[in-house]
Amino acid sequence: MYAFDYVKAGSVSDAVAALGDEAQPISGGQTLIPTLKARLAMPSKLVDLTGIAELKSISVSGGVVKIGGAVTHGAVADSADVKGAIPALASLAGHIGDPAVRHRGTIGGSVANNDPSACYPSACLGLGATIHTSGGDIAADDFFQGMFATALGEGQIVTGVSFPVPEKAAYMKFVQPASRFALVGVFVSKGAGGVRVAVTGASESGVFRWSAAEQALAGNFSASAVPSAPSSDGMIGDLHGSPEYRAHLVSVMTKRAVAAC
Amino acid sequence: MPKVSMTVNGETVSGDVEGRTLLVQFLREHLGLTGTHVGCDTAQCGACVVHVNGDSVKSCNVFAAALDGASVTTIEGMANADGTLGVVQQAFQDHHGLQCGFCTPGMVMTAADLLKRNPNPTEAEVRAYLEGNICRCTGYHNIVKAIMAAAANMSGAKVAAE
Repeated sequence: MYAFDYVKAGSVSDAVAALGDEAQPISGGQTLIPTLKARLAMPSKLVDLTGIAELKSISVSGGVVKIGGAVTHGAVADSADVKGAIPALASLAGHIGDPAVRHRGTIGGSVANNDPSACYPSACLGLGATIHTSGGDIAADDFFQGMFATALGEGQIVTGVSFPVPEKAAYMKFVQPASRFALVGVFVSKGAGGVRVAVTGASESGVFRWSAAEQALAGNFSASAVPSAPSSDGMIGDLHGSPEYRAHLVSVMTKRAVAAC
Repeated sequence: MPKVSMTVNGETVSGDVEGRTLLVQFLREHLGLTGTHVGCDTAQCGACVVHVNGDSVKSCNVFAAALDGASVTTIEGMANADGTLGVVQQAFQDHHGLQCGFCTPGMVMTAADLLKRNPNPTEAEVRAYLEGNICRCTGYHNIVKAIMAAAANMSGAKVAAE
């Protein structure tokens, strides 16, 4: 691997001060380190966020689950608070990657990276979460802006995510078995904000809300009300599945998620 | 260069590392602990799994400098104090849970991590926990058998001690 400067931040303000031109924040690094090895990214400086105590807490209060940016997937999966408030979220975290990856990978890293096949962005969008950043709070609806693109500004980091507790929710993931990412994953919730259906893994524009399904389910929250497959235009096509196959899976996984709610 | 200090298999170690030094490089090249293997170097295969503060981690996918102050256990730390094989290691030998042996250090570390969290796993739970550990020889059957036997031996040992 090529050489870079390495700074371990002790606080959010330390981290923001250390970030500048060509510096890259690193959290669990489960995506970033392989990316650096492949030289797909070559920052001159890495700022490690995993030592920042204020980013490592989970709290539940006032109908909101707040998870710090440096909390690992394993910690979310094992959290009695998260399991009690939003079991679908704990289950989602417990099926990311594999056990060793879950012990390092973090929610802040996943959300900031916005991989089009990652699980967490669908939970954020599917629950109407708020993304907390060092530059302010951003609604999930405004945060995810396309494949690997977010509203996060230069030199800003994700400090946490707040999820409103829904009446019910479920996540169904059709696993791509080699990568363990979602070939298609659908997060469905029903709560104070109505019905939300968020889809990951399918679109070339990254995670998206399937509004036709949301409208249909608002009137009749049952698997039989889920529309047939959306258009395959703009869906991802690769050796694992054609755009048509992914579009079909969107409907199938939505039905399964509604049935599991 | 960042200075890193950690506890490895119960001993305090320290050294100057570059930011880019991976934990597995620190273990193998700085400390000479070559039991931890590098297989894929892309966090897929699990041959490099060690425990960091009690949790299984892929040591090819974490920087040593990130782990200042951590407690690390490698396959070299899994034997009993008298040098005999630990329960999980012995079960792998008894049940022929390896052929070429390359993946074995990671398999043993992942198995030990599972049994700490779930002392009596089902076969399906064992197979699911091994999702991030790839073996190209055995077809996994004897690895799963070994881990089930280790679980039984551990609970048996507890009963005997009581």
